[in-house]
Amino acid sequence: MTQTPAVETRELVVRYGDFTAVDRVSITVERGEIFGFLGANGAGKTTTIRVLCGLLPPTEGFVRVAGIDYEQGERAIKEKVGYMSQRFTLYNDLTVGENLDFIASLRKLEPGYYAHRRRELLDMISFKKGLDATVQELSGGTKQQVSLAAALLHAPEIVFLDEPTAGVTPAGRERFWNLIHLVAERGKTVFVTTHYMDEAEQCGRIALMRDGKLVATDSPAGLKKSVFPEQVFEFDPLQRLSFSELAAFEDHEAFSFFEPYGPRFHAAAASPQTWATWAPQLEKIFRIRPIAPSLEDVFIRAVQVRR
Amino acid sequence: MSGPVSISVQGVRKAFRKFPALHGVSLEFEAGRMHGIIGPEGSGKTTLLRILLGLLVPDQGSIAYFEGGRPASLEAIRTRISYMPQTQSLYADLSIKEHLEFFRDLYGIEPADYERKKEELLRVTRLADFQDRPAGHLSGGMYKKLGLMCALLRSPRVMVLDEPTTGVDPISRRELWDLLYRLLEQDILILVTTAYLDEAERCSKVHLVESGVVVASGEPRKLLEAEGARSFDELFIRRAAAQKP
Repeated sequence: MTQTPAVETRELVVRYGDFTAVDRVSITVERGEIFGFLGANGAGKTTTIRVLCGLLPPTEGFVRVAGIDYEQGERAIKEKVGYMSQRFTLYNDLTVGENLDFIASLRKLEPGYYAHRRRELLDMISFKKGLDATVQELSGGTKQQVSLAAALLHAPEIVFLDEPTAGVTPAGRERFWNLIHLVAERGKTVFVTTHYMDEAEQCGRIALMRDGKLVATDSPAGLKKSVFPEQVFEFDPLQRLSFSELAAFEDHEAFSFFEPYGPRFHAAAASPQTWATWAPQLEKIFRIRPIAPSLEDVFIRAVQVRR
Repeated sequence: MSGPVSISVQGVRKAFRKFPALHGVSLEFEAGRMHGIIGPEGSGKTTLLRILLGLLVPDQGSIAYFEGGRPASLEAIRTRISYMPQTQSLYADLSIKEHLEFFRDLYGIEPADYERKKEELLRVTRLADFQDRPAGHLSGGMYKKLGLMCALLRSPRVMVLDEPTTGVDPISRRELWDLLYRLLEQDILILVTTAYLDEAERCSKVHLVESGVVVASGEPRKLLEAEGARSFDELFIRRAAAQKP
């Protein structure tokens, strides 16, 4: 039997009054995928996720999650999905045990199953502090790991993670992403938003949103290829340049793309002809090396509305 | 008369009850430079910033402030310091526009200055289309950007930014950094903590803080070279692994 995709939307529209937050978005996410959902703040990512979790009705369009059409009832969808929201998942004043007990009671989990599942998930995140630790005692990284365990408590088929690592240290982020891979290996679908491009690189596929619209969907490698058909270079000044001096190169005719990275910048050659003309002069100012574009370059080119 | 502000920290120690947060920190923060203070969670970064701002009193050590090269008291320069804390308390029921007007009145900003600054900040943060949205209905990144706008609204001499770009999208991050660089050229002192370690490379100077101690300070690339790491991410992950029992 062919499985339905984990997530399917066609021409999804969400409006708040006159404001269109999600504008004709069509996405298909296969089961077991780690799907990255990227976009600028306010691009409509969280609104889309809230629809997919059964928390917000679509204004128009077709939505099917875990094989259940939205019209069949958002309650049935809620049972199949786990959601780790951007702002709030755990009560700071409650202990880890109390938080999990509370979620288990909301989900009406059978006590024997709950006890087994809690042990399994706390083992998965290698949780060392006891269940009696209050959430406010935990580091940011550990708190997020416990939040992930809480979102998985009822064994959902799909887990939606909305910026799960914002503000977490690099080591904590790495640990969290190891868990994401583990969750996906165990057959769950992971739908995740992030502003960290090194994390987005770890997704199987990525969708890029801008102003409520989907602008591209592909693997990280595919996006790099399609967004940057031309060669990208890194320019490293031979002598330190001030920000204004560096920024002055933004409108240089040799470049079709310019993105500063601290004291350096990435740029794409506008055309082989202009590049051949300008390269000898630029080499007197910069150490230039060809590079693969970073996903941050891709994001900026695909999502940015020119100033 | 206001001039560039620099800050000198000498032997600062601070403990919360029995928990030591800073163990004798000494640092020089020169005007016109961007200082990145980076380190793991709980390493003492925020405590250091709060001491510099006079929000906490050190148990030992001293902080000296200089304005235009002359010693100045914190009281004298306080109105020229902008602070963006890690956890912001904005008013959930006020819109972006109302927040800006509130801070305009609070700081006594001239109408013409306010209009110019507001336009620039709305453009950079890409929040112009969301001006009427209450803060309680903003996404995490937008909320953060509103806090940053409030901190940048007046023209400070010192900017203290505690994780200003957490949750902010890459385009806005880039534009906010452009804005900070432009401020630097006006001889402003910027102190910033960040969880995005690629941003640390954009600072003039980086101070690595671990368990309340400054373990390394310097120009980012030289510091990475000295540590034999390609990036601060790599450096941090390596240091965290080395500290595991």
